[in-house]
Amino acid sequence: MNEQKLTVNGRRVAFHDEKNILEVIRKANIDLPTFCYHSELSVYGACRLCIVEIEGRGVQAACSVSPEAGLTIRTHTPELRETRKLTIELLLANHHQGCTTCRKSPSCKLLDLANRLGVNTVRFKQAGRELPLDTSNPALVRDPNKCILCGDCVRVCSEIQGIGAIDFAHRGAEATVAPAYGKKLGEVECVYCGQCAAVCPTGAILPASETDAVWAKLGDPTVTVVAQIAPAVRVAVGEAFGFGAGESAGSKIVAALKAIGFKNVYDTSFAADLTILEETGEFLRRTEMNGKLPLMTSCCPAWVTYAERFYPELLPHLSTCKSPQQMFGSLVKPMLSEKLKTSREQVVVVSIMPCTAKKFEGRRPEFAVNGSPDVDHVLTTQELIEMIRDAGLRFNELAAEAFDLPFGFKTGAGIIFGNSGGVSEAVVRYAHEKITGQKLESFDVHAVRGEDGWREANVDLGSRTLKILVVHGLGNARRAAELIRDGQAPWDFVEVMACPGGCVGGAGQPVTAGGDTRRKRRDGLYREDKVLQLHESQDNPYIRQCYHDFLGEIGGEKAHELLHTRYESRKRITGDGIDLKPATDPEVNVKVCLGTSCFVRGSQKLLQELLKNLSLENLDDSVAVQASFCHERCDRGPTVTVNEEILDKCTLERLMERIRSHSRAVAREKV
Amino acid sequence: MNTGNMERTDRTFGKVCDILDRYHRDPRKLIPILQAVQEEYRYLPEDILTFVATSIDLPPARVYGVATFYSHFTLQPKGKYVVKLCDGTACHVKGSERILDHIRSHLGLKDDQTTTPDMLFTVETVSCLGACGLAPVVVINDLVHGQVTPDHARELLDEIRKNEGAQE
Repeated sequence: MNEQKLTVNGRRVAFHDEKNILEVIRKANIDLPTFCYHSELSVYGACRLCIVEIEGRGVQAACSVSPEAGLTIRTHTPELRETRKLTIELLLANHHQGCTTCRKSPSCKLLDLANRLGVNTVRFKQAGRELPLDTSNPALVRDPNKCILCGDCVRVCSEIQGIGAIDFAHRGAEATVAPAYGKKLGEVECVYCGQCAAVCPTGAILPASETDAVWAKLGDPTVTVVAQIAPAVRVAVGEAFGFGAGESAGSKIVAALKAIGFKNVYDTSFAADLTILEETGEFLRRTEMNGKLPLMTSCCPAWVTYAERFYPELLPHLSTCKSPQQMFGSLVKPMLSEKLKTSREQVVVVSIMPCTAKKFEGRRPEFAVNGSPDVDHVLTTQELIEMIRDAGLRFNELAAEAFDLPFGFKTGAGIIFGNSGGVSEAVVRYAHEKITGQKLESFDVHAVRGEDGWREANVDLGSRTLKILVVHGLGNARRAAELIRDGQAPWDFVEVMACPGGCVGGAGQPVTAGGDTRRKRRDGLYREDKVLQLHESQDNPYIRQCYHDFLGEIGGEKAHELLHTRYESRKRITGDGIDLKPATDPEVNVKVCLGTSCFVRGSQKLLQELLKNLSLENLDDSVAVQASFCHERCDRGPTVTVNEEILDKCTLERLMERIRSHSRAVAREKV
Repeated sequence: MNTGNMERTDRTFGKVCDILDRYHRDPRKLIPILQAVQEEYRYLPEDILTFVATSIDLPPARVYGVATFYSHFTLQPKGKYVVKLCDGTACHVKGSERILDHIRSHLGLKDDQTTTPDMLFTVETVSCLGACGLAPVVVINDLVHGQVTPDHARELLDEIRKNEGAQE
C-alpha cells in the first residue's frame, strides 16, 4: 500500500489507511486523550480533548481530520495543554464528584485524565441539580449526574446494536442522555446487553451490582454456595491483576473463589457441552422433519430479549435450548440438593459471567421452581474482581486449584463458546460425527472463525453442506432477522451474539480500550481449547454420565423438561393506557390496542363502533374503555382485553358478546 | 372528564396517518411531521409520538430527543389561548418582567405552572419576536399586541374569558 508521511512533534510518521490523524498519532505511541472517540463508532467530535495544532490550520480535533502527506502537527503546546485542562475542569464542575464512593473510580476515564493532565483544582462552582438514580433496570444502573454527554452510549446502542433505547434529550444546560419520554431504563426497549456501560468513560451507566447479596449468602452458615464460571471470564480477570489480556487464569479464579468462601466451583463450559448436544440434536431433528430453519442460537440473553421485543414472529426459529447458564442451574440445583440432602433453597448458585444481560436472564420467572430461581445471583467479571480485591486476596500469588467434578469438567468445545463463532464450531464438531460417523480430521473449524460482525460459511458434513451465518452486534442480527422474515435467508444455522466479538467483549468484562484486548481474549480461549484433552462435547464423560443417570436421551422428555424453554413476545415501552370512556360504576374494563399493527387491522374502527354500541345498549355506566398502546401480540391483532380476558383477532360482535357475558357475571355475583 | 382524549381518539389516528402519508413516512421528515402533529393537537402526546416513531422506523428515544430539543415543541397540553410574552432585550428594558408577573398572578399561576387548570391559558416567554419597535409585545395565539401595559394585558385576558364564558 502507498505509504505517506506527516510530521508529529517534529518526527516523521508514516500512515496508510488510518481514517483520521488521531489514529496516526496514537500509532506514533502518543496517547492523545479522548472521551467521545471509539474506532468502531462514528466520529462525533464533541469532547475536544484530542485537539492538536496543525500548521496553517490552527487548532483542530484530531478525530475529525483526515491524514494528508506533509501535515505538521503538534500535540502538546502550552495552548493545547491549557485548553485540555480547562475542558476537564469544566466537565468536573458539572460532574457529581463522589469519586471515593464511585464503583467506576478504578477505571474512570475522567478521573484518570484529570490526574494525567494535572487538573489539581476546579475553579468553577459546582453547577447543576441532583437528578435521581435510575435503578429500574435489572442489569444496569444509570446515574445522570455523572454523565459528561460524550454520546458514546447513544452511538453504541444505535450504531452497533441498532436499538436506540437512549438518546440525547433537551438542550443546553438541561441536556441529558435519557430513554424516551424521560422514562426509566427498565421501562423501555433496552435488551440489557450493557454495551452502553462498556463504552461509558465515567460512572454514568454501570452494571448493577449484586456483590452485597452474594457476600450475605456466603456469610450464611445454613446455605451451600456454589459458583459457575463462564468461559470468557477466565481470559479477562487477570487484566485487573497485571496479567496480559487473554492469559487464562481459570485455576487461580477457582482458588480465589474457594478462599472467598464458595463451597464448590464449577464451569459453565460443562453446561455449554450439554447445550451443544441438545442444540445440535434439535437442529438435526428440524432438518429431518422439515422444521423451522434456519435455527437461531439462544445462548445470548440480550439477543433472546431482542428477538422477543422486536421480532416476535421469528421466535419459532430460536432454539428452545436454555442458555448454558440456565442449563447449569436447572440441572445442578436439583442434583446438588439431592446429593446434600437439603432443600433447593439451601443451595445457592452464583454465576460469574462476562455479561450484564445474564442478570436479567437469571430473573426470568420461567427459570425458577415455585419461585426459587435456578440461578440465584449473577456476578459480572468486574464484580468478581471487586470481590477478590474486597477480600484482600493477592490474586497473583494464589496457588492454582482445579475445578470441582463433575460439573467442572469440560471439553474445548464448551470453552470456545465465549468467542463469536464458537457455538457454530462446537455444533460442527458434534454434527460432523453424528452425520458421517467419523471425527473431524482437525477440530479447528477455521471457516466460522474471524472478526467481522457478519460471517457466512459453508461447512462440508459428508452428505450435505451446512450453511452457517455468524453475526455479532444486534444491528447485524436485525439484518439477518429481516432476511429470514422475508424468506430470503439461505442459511441452515444462524449464530447470534449481541456483544462485539461475542462474550469476550461482554459488558461485564473489565473496561477495555477496544478491539485489541478483545482479540487477545479470543486467542486465549482458542489456546485453552488446544491444551485440553477433549475438544468435542459428545466426548465429555460426565455429560454422558448425566444423560445415563439423570437426563435419559438427548432431546428426550426429561431433557426437554429441564433444558429447554419457551419465548414470549415482550412489550417495548410500558406505560398506562389512556382513558377514553370512564364509567361511573365500572364493572367491565375494556382495553383496545391502538398499536401500529392493530391499527392497520382496524382497531380504530372497532373502537368507534364499540363506543357507539355501548350507548345503544345502555352500558355506558358500567363499561370503562381504555386505549392501550400495543399489547405486543401484533401477529394476532386487533387485540382487545375484557377484564383479564384477551381477545385476539377481535370483531365487534365477539367483543360485545364478551362484554355482555362479563357484565352478566358481575350482576350474578351481586345477587 | 378527559374529553380531550375522547375527542382525540375519534379523529386521532386517522389524522396522524394522513400526516404520515403526506410526508411519505420518511424519517428525514421528522420535524415537519412533528410540526403538523402539534398543529393538530396543540401539543405532542406521548402515544402519538410512539406511533409516529414506529411508523417511520425511528427509536422513540430519538423522536423524544428532537421533540425536547426545539422549544417550539411541547409535550404538555397547552391552553386554548397561548400568551407569548416577549422577553428579548428591547421588551425586557421596557418592563416585560412586570407584565409577566402581573399576568401570572392575575391568572393564579404558581411556581413553574404555565397553564391554567381550566386549560384556557398558557403563559410563556419568548426571546425576541422581531417587533422591537412595539416593545413590550404580547402575542396571544396569532394576534400581536404592542406597547402593552400590565393593565392592558389584564384587560385582554378578561375580554377572552368573558367571550369564552358567553359561548358556553
